[in-house]
Amino acid sequence: MINPDSVGRTFKGAESITITQSQIDAFAAAIGESERSVAPPTFSIRITLPEFESILTQPDIGVDWRRVVHGDQSFEIYRPIVAGDIFTCSATIESLRVVSGNEIISVRNDLHNRSELVVSSWATLVVRG
Amino acid sequence: MIKVGDIIPERVFYIDRALLKAYADASGDQNPIHQNEEFALSVGLPNVIAHGMLTMALVARFISDWSGGSANVKEFSARFIKPVIVPAGQNVDLTVTAMVVEVDADRVKLDCVARSNGVKVLGMSQAVVIK
Repeated sequence: MINPDSVGRTFKGAESITITQSQIDAFAAAIGESERSVAPPTFSIRITLPEFESILTQPDIGVDWRRVVHGDQSFEIYRPIVAGDIFTCSATIESLRVVSGNEIISVRNDLHNRSELVVSSWATLVVRG
Repeated sequence: MIKVGDIIPERVFYIDRALLKAYADASGDQNPIHQNEEFALSVGLPNVIAHGMLTMALVARFISDWSGGSANVKEFSARFIKPVIVPAGQNVDLTVTAMVVEVDADRVKLDCVARSNGVKVLGMSQAVVIK
């Protein structure tokens, strides 16, 4: 059971995450995208999902990641991600509902390159009971 | 001139186990339900399923190609309503189309539809692009 006190709080992620051209190339190649000067629109999930995992599985929050199913996802992309971006990220637990034994968590991530907000994204994660 | 009701012509992407492995490596999502059939069956799935985010990435490619490049995609959302089932040795389809639902100067909002094997796999999928 997720700690209800975590709802409404923002948790910091890794100190900094540097985006490399080879990460963009690999992601683009996997989906058949030939453009490499900017990252594909959903590339940020490569940062966000592992960050959600490491943040939400902390003992004081208590999500069991093995029972997590991705329910929905949305992105607001203020500018495309490029190689050389150095991101800090955060997870804000916006809401928690319990529906037929499953916990439904809405969590927001903001990726900042220094003070510039580059991508915000929202995920609904369903922790199967 | 783009107007509400315009349809972006359908396009078919193909997904096989090799693509699931490539996407897992590129995205870092190594959940075994996307690669290991025995594991997928053990947790009650019909077979190996594609990453929902792979499905979204392919739809994003469809809309970024239409809008003139990845940099033109400003918003994108989807709900994962059904899995894309990827049996061994098969190339399953992801058939994508979209319709223009709002036009505000150069900002165009699209309703996206993605089906696999005739089944709608994304719900409430919308994108805002600059075109």
